[in-house]
Amino acid sequence: MKIKVIITLKNGVLDPQGKAIQQTLNGMNYKNINEVRQGKFFDIEINETDENKAKSQIDEVCKKLLANLVIEDYKII
Amino acid sequence: MKSSVIVFPGSNCDRDMDVALRKFGFKNQMVWHDEDSVPKSDLIVLPGGFSYGDYLRCGSIAAKSKIINSVIDFAKSGGLVLGICNGFQILTETGLLPGVLQQNKFLNFICKNVYIKINDNKNKFFKNIKKNILELHIANNEGNYYCSDDELKSIEENNQIAVTYCNKEGLENEDHNPNGAIKNIAGIFNKEKNILGMMPHPERMIDSYLSGEDGSLFFKNLLENFK
Repeated sequence: MKIKVIITLKNGVLDPQGKAIQQTLNGMNYKNINEVRQGKFFDIEINETDENKAKSQIDEVCKKLLANLVIEDYKII
Repeated sequence: MKSSVIVFPGSNCDRDMDVALRKFGFKNQMVWHDEDSVPKSDLIVLPGGFSYGDYLRCGSIAAKSKIINSVIDFAKSGGLVLGICNGFQILTETGLLPGVLQQNKFLNFICKNVYIKINDNKNKFFKNIKKNILELHIANNEGNYYCSDDELKSIEENNQIAVTYCNKEGLENEDHNPNGAIKNIAGIFNKEKNILGMMPHPERMIDSYLSGEDGSLFFKNLLENFK
């Protein structure tokens, strides 16, 4: 089955890349865009039929590798 | 001949380019990315580096910068535009050149000398050049040229492949392709051939004591072609 994971920076963590994108959008005349925060998206194919099992394994994967919990949050969807 | 080198935050080959252009007789000026327009020039150069920290995608933010509209107008009116390395990435992100520069095939930053073959010399950049294989330097993480099959067909039909990676003798194959670029492409033109984007750095090969002279050949020839 497929599991999707979104990783974002925690609120308050500086995101210079997001800031540069936001300023560029303002420069392109999208003046109403006040903030951009950039994250990561993972599309994971896992050989598992039980959805709960799969999700709990991916939860482990997020904690161990995909996200750095000091600065990032993750969401499994 | 007047040239302008556009300087973005994060450009780092801008001053090398300035030295090279001046050495061979261009009256060069540096133009900051936040300017409204490029002063009157015969040649605009987008230099190598890491504009805007390579944020989002290499060259993507520079392609929407304040100065770039003036560069696009100049290019569309037939002005000569040269993009080296990050400059090439910027040209593809603006849509002035087709395709995109992807991450290198083996995920490594490549910094070495390569040989490139000039595939078309009926244009202002390479007309009358004395050699057709040049030794130049590459230094990049995203130099792997990619485009769709349709785009590739159109590029080939219009003879837009400017330079390709090869060995010293001009043999082009997978062994002499440093980064996985399709058809060993190191640089391409637009259809009209007034815009050239390439990954190798001619400005790093202008002194035999430091590196080599094949960049000198390129710049000398370019200046001659303006006369």
